Amino acid sequence: MSSVLQANSLTVRLGGRDVVGGVSLDVNAGEVVGLIGPNGSGKSTCIGALAGIRRPAGGDVLLDGVPLDRVAPRVRARGISYLPQNPECHWPLSVRQVVALGRLPHRSLWGGLGPGDAAAIERAMAKLEVAELAERRVDRLSGGERMRVMLARALAPEPRVLLVDEPTDGLDPNHQLHVMELLRASASEGCAVLAVLHDLSLAERFCDRLLLLHEGRLLASGAPREVLVTENVARAYHVEAVVLGENGRSTIVPWRRIGR
Amino acid sequence: MNTRPQFWLTVAGLVLLLVAVCGLALAVGPTLLTAAEWRAALTGPADDPLRIIVWEIRVPRVLLGVLIGGVLGLSGAAMQGFLKNPLADPGVLGVSAGAASGAVLAFYTGVFGAASWALPAGGMAGALLAAVLLPLLAGRDAAVHTLVLAGLALNAFFGALTTLALNLSPNPFANMEVMFWLLGSLTDRGWNHVMLAFPFIAAGALLLLVAGPALRGLSLGDDTAVSLGFSQRRTRWLVVAGTALSVGAAVAVSGVIGFIGLIVPHLLRGAAKGDPQRLLVLSAAGGAIFLTAADMFVRVIQIGPELKLGVVTALLGAPFFLGLLSRLRRELP
Repeated sequence: MSSVLQANSLTVRLGGRDVVGGVSLDVNAGEVVGLIGPNGSGKSTCIGALAGIRRPAGGDVLLDGVPLDRVAPRVRARGISYLPQNPECHWPLSVRQVVALGRLPHRSLWGGLGPGDAAAIERAMAKLEVAELAERRVDRLSGGERMRVMLARALAPEPRVLLVDEPTDGLDPNHQLHVMELLRASASEGCAVLAVLHDLSLAERFCDRLLLLHEGRLLASGAPREVLVTENVARAYHVEAVVLGENGRSTIVPWRRIGR
Repeated sequence: MNTRPQFWLTVAGLVLLLVAVCGLALAVGPTLLTAAEWRAALTGPADDPLRIIVWEIRVPRVLLGVLIGGVLGLSGAAMQGFLKNPLADPGVLGVSAGAASGAVLAFYTGVFGAASWALPAGGMAGALLAAVLLPLLAGRDAAVHTLVLAGLALNAFFGALTTLALNLSPNPFANMEVMFWLLGSLTDRGWNHVMLAFPFIAAGALLLLVAGPALRGLSLGDDTAVSLGFSQRRTRWLVVAGTALSVGAAVAVSGVIGFIGLIVPHLLRGAAKGDPQRLLVLSAAGGAIFLTAADMFVRVIQIGPELKLGVVTALLGAPFFLGLLSRLRRELP
């Protein structure tokens, strides 16, 4: 395994405060890494810096060993795909148009979609099972359908790195599992996946590794079972967690708040 | 389904319509030209009055209608894509008022001397100032009401500058002339105006067209656009400079002709399938058709003094704007 995306003592400052302070991490081809931590711990800021959207105040991000600020934006956009939390769409576009926007980094100024682009769009729509919605307007879809369309948009560039911020947010259990399975499928095709997650049990089950962020710093990292121990969960979230399970399936569940 | 052939078919249809409207606009006027007179105008000697009417009066006027209408539609579509808001328009948001006050101040203060490019230079400087101030006042992800308020503030500010210049001017005749110019019109504009405005309009339009893919990316929000490889600074520069150059030059020649940038993109958004890049091209063609037709209308109807173009577009545009605003209010929470 080789690390496609790497961050070395990454520091991001927002409003005079180090929201992310000295975080080092790497994501390898073929694995799903979960970025977890309480609200305000700097997860979104961190993933934004990895995507090249926020400028780091210190440290650097490397794509294939090359510092991100020395990679041309178009080249970066072909390699790294990013799906923000609560993805927006401002115009009444169809599903196919939105997914096609994922091919923008591959297109010239007024050039149309080449055969390669069209095939990639079809593949992304098929993978997310949104092909039958292709001509529907995105603003008239349900939350679950919408998130799948946005994920298809993020997969359409066929990137080497996929960064997703809370992709299961607002989805029912069935769609949550669907999204997590898709992230796994992308990884098995060789993509390096980093996902910000709030659901500890999904994070534990679907990720190869977890990074636990607390107040902008890495509190723990490693295999899910090593990171998600009650002690770490208590420290990061101020929550008492219990391990529940039967028939050999067990998972960690946040049980009650710990008074400070 | 590939919508590309359909799009170019729409473009071809609009261009045909534009050619037809231009042909009609050249033929009608105080004197209606017959086919024989047309031939005379095209082939006759240089001092033939018909030839003078067509070449020195009607052709430049129609050409200016196409250029200015096109650029007003284009810049409206570009501003809407950039601000992600269907209420954006150079007139509503104060860019035209900025251009007008810049041109008026250049005229009165003589900062650029008596050079022929003084007015367009003032217009572009004013438009640039307004286009830079607008996102600062409203914020980049402005809600509809914030944006309209920012436009109101800019319109009031630049309107005040213009009236200040009129107020302090010692020459009442010059004032009358400026007042009429401000109303917006293509009357008595000639080849020198075409030559003056064309380079800036062309350069500005080019910048706005180059911004097309970035506007597409922006339909998914600022962050996603950056992640797709479109730098925010570059997009802002293209849209602000493109609008300032083209609208500044257009207003300096024609005065303020409002609402085209609002009405035309709105009418054509369906044909563009909501795509902000395609909307640029369609709105340019649509704006050219709209203004050329409106100018033909004011030339043909004879009710005492000639109706000013800006008055006509405002009469059409203001109710349209109110309708659009109330619909958006109902759609938004």
